[in-house]
Amino acid sequence: MRGRYTPLLILLGLVVGIQLATAVTGTAYFLTQLTMTAYYTLVVVGLCILMGYAGQISLGHAGFFAIGGYTSAYLTTLNLASGTHPSAVALLMRCGLIVPGHNLYGAELARLHPGVAFLAAVALTAGIAVIIVIPVLRLKGHYLAMATLGFGLIVYRVVLGTAGLGAADGLSDVPAFTLGAGITVTGGAGFRVVNYYVAWCLVSLGALLVLNLMQSRAGRALAAIHGNEAAAQAMGIDTAAYKLRLFVFSAILAAAAGALLTHYTGGIGPSEAGVMKSVRYVAIVAVGGMANLWGTIVASAILNFLSLRGYFGIYDDAVFGGILVFMMLFAPQGLMARETFAGLIAWVRRKGGE
Amino acid sequence: MSPLLQVRQLNRRFGGLQAVKNVCFDVRRHQIKAVIGPNGAGKTTLFNLIAGSLPADEGEVLFDGRSISNWPAHRVAGAGIARTFQNIKLFGNLTVLENVMVGCHIRARAGMLAGMFRAPHTRAEEARIRTRACELLDLLGIADLADRPAGALAFGQQRAVEFARALGLDPSLLLLDEPAAGLNIHETAQLGEIIRKIRALQITILLVEHDMSLVMDISDEIVVLSFGEKIAEGRPAEIQRHPDVIRVYLGDDHA
Repeated sequence: MRGRYTPLLILLGLVVGIQLATAVTGTAYFLTQLTMTAYYTLVVVGLCILMGYAGQISLGHAGFFAIGGYTSAYLTTLNLASGTHPSAVALLMRCGLIVPGHNLYGAELARLHPGVAFLAAVALTAGIAVIIVIPVLRLKGHYLAMATLGFGLIVYRVVLGTAGLGAADGLSDVPAFTLGAGITVTGGAGFRVVNYYVAWCLVSLGALLVLNLMQSRAGRALAAIHGNEAAAQAMGIDTAAYKLRLFVFSAILAAAAGALLTHYTGGIGPSEAGVMKSVRYVAIVAVGGMANLWGTIVASAILNFLSLRGYFGIYDDAVFGGILVFMMLFAPQGLMARETFAGLIAWVRRKGGE
Repeated sequence: MSPLLQVRQLNRRFGGLQAVKNVCFDVRRHQIKAVIGPNGAGKTTLFNLIAGSLPADEGEVLFDGRSISNWPAHRVAGAGIARTFQNIKLFGNLTVLENVMVGCHIRARAGMLAGMFRAPHTRAEEARIRTRACELLDLLGIADLADRPAGALAFGQQRAVEFARALGLDPSLLLLDEPAAGLNIHETAQLGEIIRKIRALQITILLVEHDMSLVMDISDEIVVLSFGEKIAEGRPAEIQRHPDVIRVYLGDDHA
């Protein structure tokens, strides 16, 4: 296909190569952070097309991530065994929608199937995304950024202040999510390699969907909206409807990543909903370059991994804030953009010529 | 048969300025009609009211006998009214061919999910749009520019791409907002030929234009606006002799 999928194959090759390298060097413990990195990368892939192709900035993607994660965690840790409708629970258990089990002390548990919780988490996030974006789509400029910033703050304060969501502690003991065929999303050491591949395959799938979209009629329409909104409307493109759908798609990717990462780490806390997390996602897209999918994936892989390994120490948030400021000042096209390299070369020549 | 476009008592104010005032006229099928008037006469505002880029304060626009008053721009386009812009608005981030393919947007259906999953039915549709876009580039004699980025073209070429893109909608009415602006004499002559070629495709044309020789040459009928009001309407020869028209263009001494 004229090399359209070449970058995707390179990505998959790198994923396999890194896993083999950790196996050979005995550093398989890196895979845990690399798996978490993959889920954060999925969020950033969704944000990248929203910012780069539709020209919309969201400062609330941590909120969508958290809604996905918290919904999954809440629904799969809720014990329905002692509920008031035992017959309904028994019926759903026979259908496989509720899973029986026992806690550490041997008490009986009946918990919602993680698959059901996952679908509910994604659906809830999509619904909330629609409600947020419809009123602001009529406005231009930075209104979406402001609205999503407000939304992110609300999500953070709600999860921090709700006892049923664990308040400052968050939710823990989230069960494993078995996808089938021996593939289980869980933090257990025996599942480390499988989870690494599951997570990066999801990133590749997300990238594939985005690539396909950009080459389609809808992708051209989005590019047209980004190029000139008035002209796009004059071509019969319902610009508001397209922006809405792209925003919801982006929110769904964030929610799916949040839900799966919660099953992987076994819990979620309010820091995942923090505004600094949203700023971090925007900063990563800025480094990778708006509308530069591969640059964004590379930037996300490197920066998230370093952050998760603790290289930035107590300056973690400050580093990402600083990166965002630096990028806006010196390389608004992204670090991996042609313009940035051209600018750098010109600067070196100028200095060399003095 | 009813006129293709009927403009009825259209009004639009910007604060204290009455940009369009009680304007009425018809555009008959397969005719070329021009709207002229001095700078600030309200011509572009009138266009934006028809195309749905601006809501009207009062009045009505009927297209093919149906009211399209205050429809959003994308719906007006979907009904069969294409337009070009005074300051060319191409999608500079896309190639020339892709620009024209965006013009064919309403002649296809594939949605976002179909695009993401490369649904089988989208392939035939994409091929059809691509072929159609190539035909239109051929018609305008710019097939060799197909793969160039639209933002990198010369002004006259950009104008031709904008025409091809508008024709992609398969419109029954084409609105041209100052198509000769920025063109030299040679290019303007070519433009006249293109407009006649488009009319030969059974497309009705309404244009706003400053270039009088072009307007007198190609128009079947002319509407003259001054300070938002229609002061004359008729065939080019009548308009040239109309005392009010001579007064607004040349001043009282000549009337």
